[in-house]
This record gives sequence, structure tokens and C-alpha cells, in this order.
Amino acid sequence: MTDMTPTAPLTRKDFVSDQDVRWCPGCGDFAILAQMQKVLPELGIPRERIVFISGIGCSSRFPYYVNTYGIHSVHGRAPTLATGLKCARPDLQVWVVTGDGDGLAIGGNHLLHALRRNVGINILLFNNRIYGLTKGQYSPTSELGQRTKSSPDGSIENPVNPIGVAIGAEASFIARTVDVFQAHMHDVLRRAAEHSGGALVEIAQNCIIFNDRAWQHLTDPDARREHVLYLEHGKPMRFGKKLEKGIRLNGVTPQVVDVSEAGEENLLVHDEHAAEPTLAYLLSRMGPPRFPTPVGVFRAVEKPVFERLLMAQLEEAQRRSPPDLDALYRQGETWVVEEEGER
Amino acid sequence: MSSVDRGPVASGAAAAPQELEQVCILFSGDSGDGMQLTGTQFSATSAVFGNDVSTLPDFPAEIRAPAGSLGGVSAFQLSFASHELHTPGDAVQVLVAMNPAALKVYLPRLAAGGILIANSDAFTAGNLKKADYATNPLEDPELSQRVRVYAVPMTTLTMNALAEVALDRRAKERCKNFFTLGLLYWLYSRPMESTREWIRQKFARVPAVQQANALTLEAGYHYGETAGALDVHFQVPRARTAPGTYRIINGNQALALGLATAARLAGKPLVYSSYPITPASDVLQDLARLRHLDVRTLQLEDEIASMGSTIGAAFGGALAVTGTSGPGVCLKSEAINLAVMLELPMVIINVQRGGPSTGLPTKTEQADLLQALFGRNGESPLPVLAPRSPADCFDTVIEAFRIAVRHMTPVFLLSESFLANSAEPWRVPQVGELASMEVHHPTEADGFQPYGRDPQTLARPWAIPGTPRLEHCLGGLEKADLTGQVSYDPDNHERMCRLRAEKIERVADYLPDAAVAGPAAGELLVVSWGGSYGAVLTAVEQLQAQGKSVAHLHLRHLNPFPRNLGELLGAYRKVVVAELNFGQLAWVLRARYLRDVQSFSKVKGKPFMVAEIVDACQELLS
Repeated sequence: MTDMTPTAPLTRKDFVSDQDVRWCPGCGDFAILAQMQKVLPELGIPRERIVFISGIGCSSRFPYYVNTYGIHSVHGRAPTLATGLKCARPDLQVWVVTGDGDGLAIGGNHLLHALRRNVGINILLFNNRIYGLTKGQYSPTSELGQRTKSSPDGSIENPVNPIGVAIGAEASFIARTVDVFQAHMHDVLRRAAEHSGGALVEIAQNCIIFNDRAWQHLTDPDARREHVLYLEHGKPMRFGKKLEKGIRLNGVTPQVVDVSEAGEENLLVHDEHAAEPTLAYLLSRMGPPRFPTPVGVFRAVEKPVFERLLMAQLEEAQRRSPPDLDALYRQGETWVVEEEGER
Repeated sequence: MSSVDRGPVASGAAAAPQELEQVCILFSGDSGDGMQLTGTQFSATSAVFGNDVSTLPDFPAEIRAPAGSLGGVSAFQLSFASHELHTPGDAVQVLVAMNPAALKVYLPRLAAGGILIANSDAFTAGNLKKADYATNPLEDPELSQRVRVYAVPMTTLTMNALAEVALDRRAKERCKNFFTLGLLYWLYSRPMESTREWIRQKFARVPAVQQANALTLEAGYHYGETAGALDVHFQVPRARTAPGTYRIINGNQALALGLATAARLAGKPLVYSSYPITPASDVLQDLARLRHLDVRTLQLEDEIASMGSTIGAAFGGALAVTGTSGPGVCLKSEAINLAVMLELPMVIINVQRGGPSTGLPTKTEQADLLQALFGRNGESPLPVLAPRSPADCFDTVIEAFRIAVRHMTPVFLLSESFLANSAEPWRVPQVGELASMEVHHPTEADGFQPYGRDPQTLARPWAIPGTPRLEHCLGGLEKADLTGQVSYDPDNHERMCRLRAEKIERVADYLPDAAVAGPAAGELLVVSWGGSYGAVLTAVEQLQAQGKSVAHLHLRHLNPFPRNLGELLGAYRKVVVAELNFGQLAWVLRARYLRDVQSFSKVKGKPFMVAEIVDACQELLS
């Protein structure tokens, strides 16, 4: 057992639990777990103050594998447990681990409202665009026409875009990363951890068994160089092997341009902190075949944080009136019966 | 005041009021007529005066049904007495009808020879038609033969009283309920000071309305005193009550105060997570005003979220509670089951209403007992308690938390619409008199097992985040005994199911024996639970006074039952359960104790009448 004196710096090993990790060999979840276990000791938060809460699905086994407090709850409801916990204990750092089915199908309502309230929790949405634990049915992010066990003739449903949902819910921190982009994921997770309000991180994750290569347009080495747009605050949007391509706005429509022809000064510049989510939304719509896929932080704005507003109300109320229960009992009209039989 | 035996006096105001022991009044009118306010004021005044009081509002689910319609009638029933009261009363002695629709709906409740006071101004052709009256019932000689009819032009008298007040016609008309109140205050010789003071405070910011209501109140009283239009005049002496400070309280108010108190006794914040639902919303609203007591109310996006949030807060070490009604429990049941598996302490309040489905949102029923006991997948036991009266909601919810914390389990509290809205005097405690609630959070890592158990109670330890070296992961998958790790082992699963069941059974080790009121053995035992307590107790007392061999057993603990229950059931030739469902408790008692328990049921959205129970018992006794 590691020495746990409070000042001893923690290491990755401190966050590895004694449970056998039971994902399929080659699952993208391993890489996310490894990166998380690398990020956690860097945060300077004692292990006992960190809680992972999940719902149901492959990704939701996550809390068993990190050596912190945790709850493996019921399908789709993790954000609700996290909300209650954060309001009871604002001192804790609370992570929610969910998937495209857990977070966007059965738990879509809770995801929306947790983000809308800006509860200070970090939601990691593992998006593999398939139901893995129930063995291969289509999910809310599966593509139109995708053949799965429950859509043998092709899915007739339009997929939902998790980043767009988060923008619609006015989330204060929205990011996307990819299971195999280790350094990138590290930075994104850290940014999410350090954000004061609610954070949603979509992690494109490969299900090797039921939806292998669903993200190959991002993860194949060539594609990664050609078709991924790394968002950086304050920087012009450039991508391609030699960063030779860029994004320019034509009216309200983005265009892919050749940087040498268009001029770098005419490219769209990323602004995570924009008060309006317009730019983030425009970016969320980009993807193959006409556009590169943006990864990184779409939006990071400061907004009032739910549990802090709650605590502020408690403090204000306690400043205004003493916590006097006896006085509360006697509010309104009371009368006294002096002794038995008389009054 | 001397006790008077003679009948109503004809000379009205001049004569001394006739003394009565108990009176039941029913105020009825259109939703907009202010009958709830009138009833509440009359109750408070009577309670402050020293009567025992029991009230029952009856209002439609529609916020504003069409004016004058039968569906829009709102009523407030109250009884006040010079002795202890347990029910809002059976037979109505005075019916106040502010319009024809109210008369139509509630006239059947008025006892023969009772008093009808009607606002004759509202008996217009249009209103008569809306209430399906072909002719004006106030002019029907048959009505006058059955009851004493007093047709009072309340709207006109109100307008006359307010001739000098600078308000528009509509605003003046709205004051007429204070005329009614003033008139009834005169009729029952009530002091008016507390209502005068209430008007002063309530309308302090709108002086014209304040003045108008005050004037109308006085006008109503003087109408009774001087007009001689009512040839009756009564008084009800004070009741004998235990010394102390009292206030009027309804069940939902008592729940809110009880919850805040439980948190104080445990030295914890209260987290109340809820989604608005009739008839439980008042609890959320009352608690939302108690931020100064570290009460954290959360209005979540749905019933499911409010159950999830409750679990999260309990995991964090707060006193966590959710409140809802039957339809909400349906949605919460998945997460309640998670709470059973996690073995975390919390309370789930179900203020029952008429079901199934949306059912009768504003009416009362006791038909969610089996849902509370069995409405989850798997073997999923949890303790169930039910308060017996509005004020008892305070004590019961504190006890529910004591059980939750001591035995590490979610606990169901079954209130009812009747208890939620009904009110009675409550002897106010001092917080210092109440026993503190012992809560233990382990900190020692040596030997810590997330699912290790207390040898007495079988409760597992409540280790909370923030405690170094006790990090553990809970979850809905079956737990391995002691370690709490995921286990698919068949023997372990059965062992854990039995442990969870035995843990709940052992709650009974901490319960007092059930006690009967009446003979320890005999012909008939009448069993009740929840809000049927008052009606059943009163009925049994009446039967006992007639010399019948009848006893009453009221059950507060519905799971587990008190240890001596089986023995008690065996001591009577017949056992009957009176409950507002089709025999749910009777069914459980039959299954559990192999007794031929009879059922007396009622599912009309209304509480029992005393007479109904008396009749049912007499039939069983014959």
C-alpha cells in the first residue's frame, strides 16, 4: 500500500484499483483510463476527495478501476447522483463517466439539465456510436443507414451530435478528444478538471468488437494528419499535413481554403471564451466529407456555478436570520395552554 | 356559561347563545370565492380560542375551472369541539354555499335539520343553469322542510358596506368571503381579533384592500348581531388540552418541519430533492424557505433525477430525502432499488393520492402500500412507516430518518392527501427536548469493509467521500459479502439477498410493541393505518360506549411489523382492516399471519366517515 500522508505527491499507481479491468482487449476505454490515471495525480487533489459516478454500459465500469470513491449507478442517471452529491459536498471533485447510449438516449434529459444548471461536475462521454454491453445495437450517435443487430437493413434514425447538444444546453465547457490521441486527451482532461463549472468532454472511442474503425477518419495515421483540426484559443484555424489548409468564413458559411492563397490573416481565429456559442456551434457542424473534424476545446466560459449559487444562498440566509428552529415552530399564530384544563 | 338544553331560540341576537359540544361546518363556493381562506381563518380562530379543531379542504384539480360550474366548486370542512377531536366530522351541521353549484355538490352532506347559509345574490338564472337547477332551490319549500335555510344577499351587503371604499366593483365583490366569515363568527360567538390582525398584516401593502376586508368582516358580524335574520346563536366551550404552546399545522407543514428537525438532530445538512407533484409540492415549497437552517432544496428535471440526487447526497453524508406522490414513486422505483443495493440512508415520502395513473390528484387514498412494499424488481425490502394525523407527520418523518441512519436503508414514509391538507392543533416541542440522532462515519482504515456489518443491526458502515483510505466503489451490481466488490457467485447472491432482508426484519428489534385500545381479547379487532386512525378510533370508541367487545389497533410500522402483531391478531374472534384501498394491508396480514382478516375498504377519494366504520363493525358483530 502506498504511503498516504496528505503531502506525499500522488502517482499514477495511487489511482489504479485492485480490480481486474474487464474490457475487451483492444477497447478504446483502456487508453482513456490510462490517461485519466495520469491526469489525476497532477491535479493536487487528495484521492479521497475525488468521486467517479457512472451509469450503465461498457464505459460505466470505469469507477471500479480508479482507486477513488465511486458509484456505478443505474442507466442514464449518473448526472443526477453527481448533482445531489455536489450539492451535499461541494468540496469534492466529481466525474461522471457515460456513453452515447447512457448519456444521450436513456439519460439525455439528465445530461441536458446537468449542463444547463452548470453543476461543477466533469462529464466524460465515451462515444463509440454503438451499444456495446448489449452486444451491438445502434445508438443515438450511429449513422443513418448503419447496419447493426437491431438495424439489419440500416438505421433509419438521424444521429445526434453530442457537442451540439452541449451547446444547446449552454454548457460552459465543451471539448472533444479521441481515445488514441494520448497527449491531446491528457490536456483536454486536465482543462476539464480545472474548469470551475460543468464540463462535457466527448471522447471518440473505438469499439473493436461491434463498431470497429467507426472513427478511422480521425485515427488512421494519414487521416489524422489530413483531416483533424486542432482547436487552439487565439490561433487561426489551420490543418493538413503542413498546415497548408485553413478555415475562412464566407458570410456565415465556413470554407476550406489554401492558406497561401487566402492569407493567414483572413482565417477564422478560434475563441473559446466567446460569450455567444455561435462559433462553437459552427465548429460542431464540421466533419467529413467537406470539412476536417475539430478536436480540442470548443467552448470554455465562466458562468455562475450551480452549487456555489446554492451555497451563497445558504450563507446569505444564515447571515440574515439565525438558524432558530424553535422560532420556526412558533411562526404564525400560536397559543399557550397554561395548565391542564385551563387556558 | 351555563349549559343550555332547550332548542334554538326564536328571538335571535338578544338571547343567550346555545351551548354545543361539537360543530361541523362546510364552507363551499366557487374556486375564486376564497373558501379555503375562510375555512383556515375560522379554524385558526377556533384553535386559538381553545377548541380542538380538525379540518379537511376539498378542492378541484383544475386551477380555475369555469366560474359557477360544478367542477369548480371548492370546499373546506372543519369541526371544532369542547373535547378531543380525531376527524373533521361526518355529518355537516352548517353548510355555507356561495353559489348554486356549491349547494348542488354539498347539500347531500348537510344533516337533516342542519343550517344552510347561502349567498342569495349568486343564485342568478345563469348560475342556476350552470348548476343544472331548473328553479331556484332556495325557494323550494321541500328544502326548507329538511333544513333551515338562511338566504343572505352577501354580495349586496358587502357592496353596501364598502360604498365609501375606493376600489372597483370586482375587488369589492372579492371581499364577500369576509362577510361570510364575520357572520359565522357571530353565529358561533367567536372572537375576531386574530382575523383582524391577519388582515392587517396580510394586506399591509394594499391599504384599500386591507380596509375593505376589515370592514366586510365587521359587516358580516353585525349583520348576525343586529339584523336578526338568523334566529340561532351558539357557542362551543374550550376543550381540555395538555399544557404547552400550540399552533395549527397540516401534514405537509409538519413534514417540512420534521425534516428540518431531523437534520438538526443529526447535525447534518438536509438535501430535499423533488419534482413538483400534487399533493406533495408544499413540502418542497416550505423547505425552500429554510435556507437559513442549511436546508438545500433541489427542484430537479424529473422524478427520476430527484431520486438519483437523493442517493448522491446520501453518499456524500447529508440527510437526503425526496418527496412525491404515487405516480412519482413509479418513476423513482429503479433508483430506489439502487438505494436498497447501495444500503445508504435516505427517506422517500409518498403523499398518496387517488390512483392508478394520474387518478385523482387532489383526492385522498391509501392504495400505494403494496407499491411501497413490493414495487421494485428483485428481493428488495425496505422499512415503511405511515403517520396517523397531520401533526404526527412531524414525529414520523424524524423516526423514519432514525431508522434510515441506524439501519443504513432507504425508508418509505406513506402520507396521504388527507393528512397533507388536513390541519389540527400541534403542541410545539422545544428542539432541546428531542433526542439527538446518532450518526457514525468510520475513519479507521484497518479492518474497513464497505459491506461489513454491525452484528446487531446488520447495517453496513456509512463511509463518506473525503475520508482518507476508505475509498470504495458502490454499485447496483450484486455485491460480494464484506468487500462489496462485484460478484456473480450464486451462493453470495442468495446470502446477500437474505442479509438485506434480515437487516430490515431487525428494524423490528427497535420498535415498541403494538398496543390495542380496548379489551386485550374479544369479539372484534379493528385495524387501521395512516390517516384512517382518527375515524377508526372514534368509531371504536362509540362502539365501546355501546358496550360492544371491540378493540382498535393502529399500525404506524407497516414493514417490518411490531413483533407482537401476530399474537394480537389471534386474540380476537374477528379482525377487520379499515383502509382506503381494496384491502392491501388485510392482504399482507393474511399472508403473513394466516389469519382470516376481513377488509373494509373505500376508494372514493375521501377519508372514512365514522358512521361507515361503525356500521361495518356492527355488521361484523351481528
